Amino acid sequence: MKQSGAVGRLATLRLLAQRFAFVSLIIGAVALMIVGKADILLIERTRAVVADALSPILDAMSRPATTIAEVVESVRELANLRAENARLKAENQRLQHWQTLARRLESENVVLHEQLNVIPDPDPAFVTARVIGDLGSAFGHSMLLNAGARDGVRKGQAVLAGEALVGHVAEVGERSSRLLLLTDINAKIPVMVESSRTRAILSGDNKDRPKLNYVAGNSVIAVGERVVTSASGAAFPPGIPIGVVASNSEGVIRVEPFVHRHELEFVSIVDYGLGGILPFEKPPVPERRRRGAMVQE
Amino acid sequence: MKPSIWVNMDTWVRHLVPISVTIFLLLLTAIPTHLPGFAGIAPVLPLMGVYYWAIYRPDLLPAWAAFLVGCLYDIMAGTPLGVNALVLLLVQGVTASQRKFFLGKSFMVAWWAFGLLAAGSIGLSWLLVVILSHQVVDALPVIFEYFLTMGLFPLLTWALARTQMAFLKDV
Repeated sequence: MKQSGAVGRLATLRLLAQRFAFVSLIIGAVALMIVGKADILLIERTRAVVADALSPILDAMSRPATTIAEVVESVRELANLRAENARLKAENQRLQHWQTLARRLESENVVLHEQLNVIPDPDPAFVTARVIGDLGSAFGHSMLLNAGARDGVRKGQAVLAGEALVGHVAEVGERSSRLLLLTDINAKIPVMVESSRTRAILSGDNKDRPKLNYVAGNSVIAVGERVVTSASGAAFPPGIPIGVVASNSEGVIRVEPFVHRHELEFVSIVDYGLGGILPFEKPPVPERRRRGAMVQE
Repeated sequence: MKPSIWVNMDTWVRHLVPISVTIFLLLLTAIPTHLPGFAGIAPVLPLMGVYYWAIYRPDLLPAWAAFLVGCLYDIMAGTPLGVNALVLLLVQGVTASQRKFFLGKSFMVAWWAFGLLAAGSIGLSWLLVVILSHQVVDALPVIFEYFLTMGLFPLLTWALARTQMAFLKDV
């Protein structure tokens, strides 16, 4: 009788301990959210270290998936071969016209540059990275890349696919980094409409087509106009293509990016030597001066 | 007779299966599929892992393991740290406390209960993300994500049941 009482007490104790552990884990999760909200460096470091540790596994797992995607894609291409060929012929004709024009403008441009003694833009350094993780989520649009600080990747650098901007680097680990896409709810990029030079901010909202906000002036923006980066904020060099205006209804202007999320496999992380897109940083705490020191000055 | 060291190690490794399988499901979600439109609504596979093991082997995927998987999820998906940790922890806790109800019930009951729980957890993560990012996140992809998760539940449960039969039948 005595023994069963002890066993019963032990079971109650164990249950209590389990309850306590569960409640403390809940408190832990809430604490993580609050601490993460305060943007503490420790959290950022931890995220980077864990992402680094996972990156070789993700890298290995993403390779067969890419192969499968390529096979599916080639089957689809075979099916559309005739239509694709006709489309390409038409496009080629159009592009040849543009090529002639571009050659003429290029030679003209060279002459003008020489006459004006223009200082050429420095050739940017870049690294090419593979997309290794795309944890599809309805809450944010970001991807993991297999290049990090040891490859020269820095926070805020522009990420391009081909010639078009797809986003910027949001987190950097030693050998992995996180690409925040243009469409993510936290992405805000200074842009301009190419033809009219109207400045605006391209802000993502987790939809496929980001919005144009804070359009400068009262200019009319037509569907089909190209949107490129602007030099505002010294984040990116001006003129990197982003997309075309897809719709303009009731004051909401949406931009169709040139590159879509599912097409990304290799991207270039480009260092223009500019600040890039960085989150707002608090000004440094002013040094406390002693009274005596001030008098001495 | 005392079991030999090999038997002990075998049991120990088998006991790691639920956690490993759930982390594997998480990694599976992270593979870039290159499917148009899929990335925004990918199903929440780890949720099913946590749910399944909380019913059938809560001893092998305890609350702390669900918390850990949730933290990994947050780091990989870029969601604010703690959101999925809290959600998966609550799913584990609620399911494990009600597991007597599930044992011996039909698959449809498990599916129905998962529907309620998934709606609650996806809704909670939406709410937490909205609060933490101070912006209203579009709810439509979240709803698609929910239906896709529900649709994959039978397949995943079958795979998890086969795993359990293969590795954890008598340990």
